[in-house]
Amino acid sequence: MNKTSLDTNLKKLKKNAFRVSKVRGETASRVRCPGGEIDVDSLQRVVDIARKYGKGMVNITNRQGFEIPGIDLADVEEVNKALQLIIENRGVNQEEYNGGYPASGTRNVVACPGKQLCPFANFDTKKFAQEIDKAIFPNDHHVKIAFTGCSNDCAHTRLNDFGIIGMSEPQYNKDRCVGCEQCVKYCKKRSVGALKVVNGKIERDANKCVGCALCVNYCPTRAWTRSKEEYFRVVLLGRTGKKNPRMAEDFMRWADHDTVKKVICNVYAYLDEYLDKAAVESKEHIGYIVDRTGFEEFLKYIMKDVTPNPKCEIQGRIYWGGKRYDQGNELRQSMFRFSEREE
Amino acid sequence: MFTRLKSSTKSSNTDVIRYDYISRIEDAELEERSDYSFKEILIPLSETMFYFTEDEIKEADYDARPVIVLMRSCDIHAVKRLDQMYTGNGPANDWFYERLRDRVKFALIGCGKACPNSFCVDMGSNKTDEYVFSIDMADGKVYCDVRDDELMAAFESAGGTKEDVSPRYVTEAEFRVERPEEVPVELFKDPMWDEYTRRCVNCGRCNFVCPTCTCFTIQDIFYTDNGRVGERRRVNASCMVDGYTDVAGGLVMRKKNGERMRFKVLHKVYDFRKRFGYDMCVGCGRCDTVCPEYISFANCINKLNARVKEVTENV
Repeated sequence: MNKTSLDTNLKKLKKNAFRVSKVRGETASRVRCPGGEIDVDSLQRVVDIARKYGKGMVNITNRQGFEIPGIDLADVEEVNKALQLIIENRGVNQEEYNGGYPASGTRNVVACPGKQLCPFANFDTKKFAQEIDKAIFPNDHHVKIAFTGCSNDCAHTRLNDFGIIGMSEPQYNKDRCVGCEQCVKYCKKRSVGALKVVNGKIERDANKCVGCALCVNYCPTRAWTRSKEEYFRVVLLGRTGKKNPRMAEDFMRWADHDTVKKVICNVYAYLDEYLDKAAVESKEHIGYIVDRTGFEEFLKYIMKDVTPNPKCEIQGRIYWGGKRYDQGNELRQSMFRFSEREE
Repeated sequence: MFTRLKSSTKSSNTDVIRYDYISRIEDAELEERSDYSFKEILIPLSETMFYFTEDEIKEADYDARPVIVLMRSCDIHAVKRLDQMYTGNGPANDWFYERLRDRVKFALIGCGKACPNSFCVDMGSNKTDEYVFSIDMADGKVYCDVRDDELMAAFESAGGTKEDVSPRYVTEAEFRVERPEEVPVELFKDPMWDEYTRRCVNCGRCNFVCPTCTCFTIQDIFYTDNGRVGERRRVNASCMVDGYTDVAGGLVMRKKNGERMRFKVLHKVYDFRKRFGYDMCVGCGRCDTVCPEYISFANCINKLNARVKEVTENV
């Protein structure tokens, strides 16, 4: 192709998971790894593409994917063919063989290491992330989802539209408890302090307990064990951005797998209905749409045909915080005079 | 029958093997070593001893069902240590221990190979003949050496063939352990223990899984809705856990984890021997496997031995 007369449909390019580069004539390929997991063959292919079509460098993205910069726009078709192995190995849904990724709106689904590796994780984050990716991808709507194994939230789910945090309901066998109080100590120091000693045995404040299962991990006699059932806290509509960055707020706790999956899948119908047709690049954070439609309307859509498990508790009204840059950007004056202090 | 089975989890979906009653032999785990030992049937983790009102006490009922416990040779050797501490140490026997002990018989699971981290051969606990019957499984058959006459009838009525069999036992292990014969007093304050002050998190798992640890502590409980009645319990105690050496007045006798480690190690492979003529540790290796900080008790014995040699040669 003659580089001086590039005639590239950038809308199509971006939808095809290529980024527009500041270097004219170049692009970057975004490799999707649901759950942040990649096999060595796919990783090798990333290397091969970067060596052959790129500049020999690879970016690791914030959302656990890879981005291969420095690709000539003329090579996009060839790169898509090379991506085929990765797409198949990672089990990502595709529309056209050798056509690369069919969408980029719904972002890579993020997951912390989860229970395959981490002793503290309450469920298999990667498996669930990949299951959700199968259910929602490809889709052009801008949706961010992340899974994390416990309330440490190493996956930073609270900066996502849907954050799924693993919970376990600690099971207490008082006959195995010797009253060493390590669970009480660790719960207080490293979690929320939901445990106390009463007559040599432990009492758990079920309302305060966040289901992190630290007590289970630190119990030397297995008086505490994890529940067989895996539960989830669902947090909603966290975001970064220029206008109103904010943390996701609690929506459900003790939700089960099916409830979580249905709620996530339901969001697309809401977006089909309410996305601002005039939005720039038809891209809008869900939270801003909810600001417009009201939370009740959003709730109606995401809870459609959902029968939450009996233990699941739902927050009916949610108020988000965060900085409102559209309403003010001033910093308060400090009592310190920094320039004087340096002298 | 009280035997090892797979049970509830610590890390998500990770089984733990511990002892409990079974109603079907299929539930028994006969291959892998149990994470927690059989001792819970003789010295329960938590045991109510008696209830008290203002002027009366009543001993707590106990489970008097006759029990057969399936265990390996090292654990049968551990029973001797428990008996020693509860019924052969001082003028009076432990009544609560004896009433549980009297209903228990031990059956041996033969050992085809040494367990991970175990050193039973070096501790001399790899072989035993103190069992009512043994179990070895090979070529799809079950081989039992029956030593109890009452049980012999049961085995005969089950219709097996009679052969001369003897249980398998291990004769070599990957990891070797050498104990010091004498430990000079200087070793008590030796810097070799400092490593454990830094590494150990004093969780006490090594004690709770140990088949020979016998320490308990007493809890006197006054029921909250009355306050004049209550119960006395005893619960397993650990010399590694905070509180073990606290005394009235607030003094803590062994504050540093290295000191606690020294006390435990010397008790298991030296001090007990001074009193009873044989070592307490049976080399099952459970404490090594359970330690969340990867501290090896077995390796500590070897380090101790090497240090003793160094110190005594320099004198």
